[in-house]
Amino acid sequence: MKTIPVATTINGDETEFLCHTDESLLDVLRDRLGLTGAKEGCGTGDCGACSVMMNGRLVCSCLVLGVETEGAEIETIEGMAKGDTLHPLQRVFLEEAALQCGICTPGILVAAKALLEKNPDPTDTEVRYWLAGNLCRCTGYDKIIKAVQKAAAEMRAA
Amino acid sequence: MAFDDQVKRRFNVVGTRVTRPDGIDKVTGKAAYGADISAPGMLHGRILRSPHAHARIVSIDTSEAEALAGVKAVVTGADLAMPEDADFADVAINCLARDKALYDGHAVAAVAATSKAIAKQAIRLIKVEYEVLPHVTDVDAAMKPDAPVVQEGRALENVPAGKSQNVTTYCKFGHGDLDAGFAKADKIIERSFKTAATHQGYIEPQACMASLGNDGRGEVWCCTQGQYMVRANCAAVLGVEESQLRITASEIGGGFGGKTSTFIEPVALALSRKSGKPVKIVMTRDEVLKATGPTISSSMDIKIGMTKDGRITAARGELRYSGGAYPNFTVEMGAQAAFAAYDLEAVETIGWNAMTNRPKEIPYRAPGAPTAIYAVESVVDELCQELGLDPLDVRLMNAARKGTLSSYGPTFNEIGLVATLEAAKAHPHYTAPLGPNQGRGLSCGFWFNFGGNTCVSLNINDDGTVGVVEGNPDIGGSRASISMMAAEELGVPYDKVRTVIADTSSLGFNDITDGSRVTFAVGLATIEAARAAIKEMCRRVAKIWDIDEDAVIWEDGAAKPAGPNAGTHPPMTLAEIAAIAGNTGGPIAGHHEVNADGAGVSFGVHLCDTEVDPETGAVKILRYTVFQDAGKAVHPDYVEGQMQGGAVQGIGWALNEEYIYGEDGRLQNPAFLDYRIPVASDLPPIETVILEIPNPGHPYGVRGVGETPIVPPLAAIANAVSRAANVRLTELPMSPPRVLKAITG
Amino acid sequence: MVRVKLWGSLRAFADGEEWVEVEASNFKELLDALVEKHPGLAPQVKRGVSLALDGVIYREAWFTKIGPENEVILMPYMVGG
Ligand code: FES
Ligand code: FES
Repeated sequence: MKTIPVATTINGDETEFLCHTDESLLDVLRDRLGLTGAKEGCGTGDCGACSVMMNGRLVCSCLVLGVETEGAEIETIEGMAKGDTLHPLQRVFLEEAALQCGICTPGILVAAKALLEKNPDPTDTEVRYWLAGNLCRCTGYDKIIKAVQKAAAEMRAA
Repeated sequence: MAFDDQVKRRFNVVGTRVTRPDGIDKVTGKAAYGADISAPGMLHGRILRSPHAHARIVSIDTSEAEALAGVKAVVTGADLAMPEDADFADVAINCLARDKALYDGHAVAAVAATSKAIAKQAIRLIKVEYEVLPHVTDVDAAMKPDAPVVQEGRALENVPAGKSQNVTTYCKFGHGDLDAGFAKADKIIERSFKTAATHQGYIEPQACMASLGNDGRGEVWCCTQGQYMVRANCAAVLGVEESQLRITASEIGGGFGGKTSTFIEPVALALSRKSGKPVKIVMTRDEVLKATGPTISSSMDIKIGMTKDGRITAARGELRYSGGAYPNFTVEMGAQAAFAAYDLEAVETIGWNAMTNRPKEIPYRAPGAPTAIYAVESVVDELCQELGLDPLDVRLMNAARKGTLSSYGPTFNEIGLVATLEAAKAHPHYTAPLGPNQGRGLSCGFWFNFGGNTCVSLNINDDGTVGVVEGNPDIGGSRASISMMAAEELGVPYDKVRTVIADTSSLGFNDITDGSRVTFAVGLATIEAARAAIKEMCRRVAKIWDIDEDAVIWEDGAAKPAGPNAGTHPPMTLAEIAAIAGNTGGPIAGHHEVNADGAGVSFGVHLCDTEVDPETGAVKILRYTVFQDAGKAVHPDYVEGQMQGGAVQGIGWALNEEYIYGEDGRLQNPAFLDYRIPVASDLPPIETVILEIPNPGHPYGVRGVGETPIVPPLAAIANAVSRAANVRLTELPMSPPRVLKAITG
Repeated sequence: MVRVKLWGSLRAFADGEEWVEVEASNFKELLDALVEKHPGLAPQVKRGVSLALDGVIYREAWFTKIGPENEVILMPYMVGG
């Protein structure tokens, strides 16, 4: 099978890669670019562990083809902290123990950031529905919801 | 070691909410889990699985697959050793089937190729000739004498004659005169229950990277709850020596018991041995659900007698569990746990395990207990309803306490059940008003807890910091708890301690991370290792001060003279002692090796409000509160996290999750889309109340907390739904169609 | 002498006895003496048993001291999740 060259921007950096036509963006990120922060929990769009932003939209990278990202802007968990400064969501997740095993955490952080960009002051219910596509088996979600709300409050005050 | 004489009750570090040491890596995507590493020249492995529930493997032709460009190795069961030990042999034939495929998804062959795509293509070229055999997936059907036999000759010596060969385990527990007990009852209820198998549902599929040379030396990187367990299984299944295998546990993306066995590591090693290259295998979700550990499925009969003022007079349970296609002992724990919360004069529990054409059961949090206790707590609740009694008062009246002869044999000493029930009774949740179609349920839960084999090594670094080396993968923040206990004991700040998890070549044997043992047993060994280091530091200081060893004490992170007779030496801190360790006798370390016991049983009580939609049968959880005795909560956030996470897994088990098998014996729902675990929008906040009744078997009073919280939700929700819908539900999960059917009759 | 209690389904291998009295001062001696007295218990002992000593569960510790004053209960070997 032939590979196709693709040019994208990932976390602000121009990135070119070669991939097969049936390769998902998640495979490209993990296997070709060494960006293993996005996780594969299912490969079928059901768990959200692979969540990334593509042109400002939250997507499951396991459902996007690598070749579809030609010219796209991709943001992954690896781009969330600025240098050594964590994004408020990242910091508050740690403070509030909103992770146990942490495998869902990259996806949930990317998704939560997308929510707060659209809706800086969500209700608990809105947070719960927005994150309904991100499975977490460890925490029961309670501390995750609280952490998102605390980060949202901090970000509004900033 | 139990009943430590240095019991500590005032803490500086333990009990605070410090930040975990692996946190930054986990919020930035840097943490390396099972599938996150690669090696130069690495091949991709993929496994071919049986499409049949039960079939004889007549032949396997791998020639076409081998001929495909890019394929470097193909292996089948014949490439693995057949260990003599029955448990290892089961691991081997579960990794790659021999003469029979025992369930839909059973591995039969594997390939390693230069790309994932080629590996995928290659397994399609393997030709397996099957002779399809009759199958059985239901536990009751499997127990019938004429049922298709899953494996022959596996029954234990204690199984009574005349049963199907599928019946492998029989057990019986209890005491007292049942007939006399039931004769004293004013009301007896007898009911039958069924529960579906559920999966641990960790979000990270099993993954490994393995390399094995033909000299027998190998390396494995994998996500597991126990690297030493992986080593033992791989050594037995590959026929190599343990010393030659080095297993490194990656960060682990959830386990809940499901990563206490081995599925792919021996296969990857066999492929690597054949190809001479490192081989990576990552399971798909479909493979995880089809071929890794679900829990048992069950069918149960419970009979309980009660006086009209609420005293239980006798109780009997019969549990029929299926642990899949292999012999299984989970029913023994279910049978022992079933009535553990009660003080009973007469009780009997009988347990059976029957093999079915389902994947091998792998422990899931408190294995065996949730289903048994679900059935018991449902009947207790129904008795309370029928007799017009308050269900909490009835549980308090019958609660096991110190001196109670437990239903599984021993007499309880200090236990926290009554305190936990009282906390639930005093909580505003218990008396909050309910609306139409709403119901409140409660249930007790129980788990034994245990300690186990543990090694810890603690090094005092020359700059006054401390390194702890332990051997148990950190599933839910245990590195933080271990560092906290080391800091507490040594009297240094938490951030001076770093805990790492050793590979199998760097530290002695450790049992798997299971049964809520890590904070208890590794914590205990860490404290002892710290005490050994303290002793050595005091000895060094005694030399410097030229006084007796006994005249030096350790306080607030420093050696001090014990009293005026010992002289007026100013204290020497850990850092000061560490800096001159070379002058005083060399590096300072402490270590401790133990098979820890005295873990202390754990009880919990859950309260739950639900609303049932009479038109659709859908159940909404309105409010949920968990009460649990943690002994001493080392890190309260992670104790709460265990309580909340366990409760939500139980909610999934109660309401949605189930292994659905078709007539053809194939799993119908091997994907998260229709094996539906709870999502954020399904749930209310999970409130937690931690009780701290110190465990006398641990120097800080710690008890394991991870298992118990999955036990009560099944009955708490069933009781709430039954009260809301005005009809007793007796089958899990209580999915909308099932609830609707119960309502409409 | 110590008295040890067998769980229900083990009793068939010990002449139906619930309590068995044997000469032993630790867990290992207890298991050895039990098997000697009732060889039918050997397969279960080999598979593994836990010991509850005054209510505290010990999984494997052979040299756990036991005496006539202790409550000694055999239990199946346990695993967790
Ligand atoms: S891996 Fe993409 S949604 Fe699960
Ligand atoms: S923290 Fe483990 S899945 Fe969310």
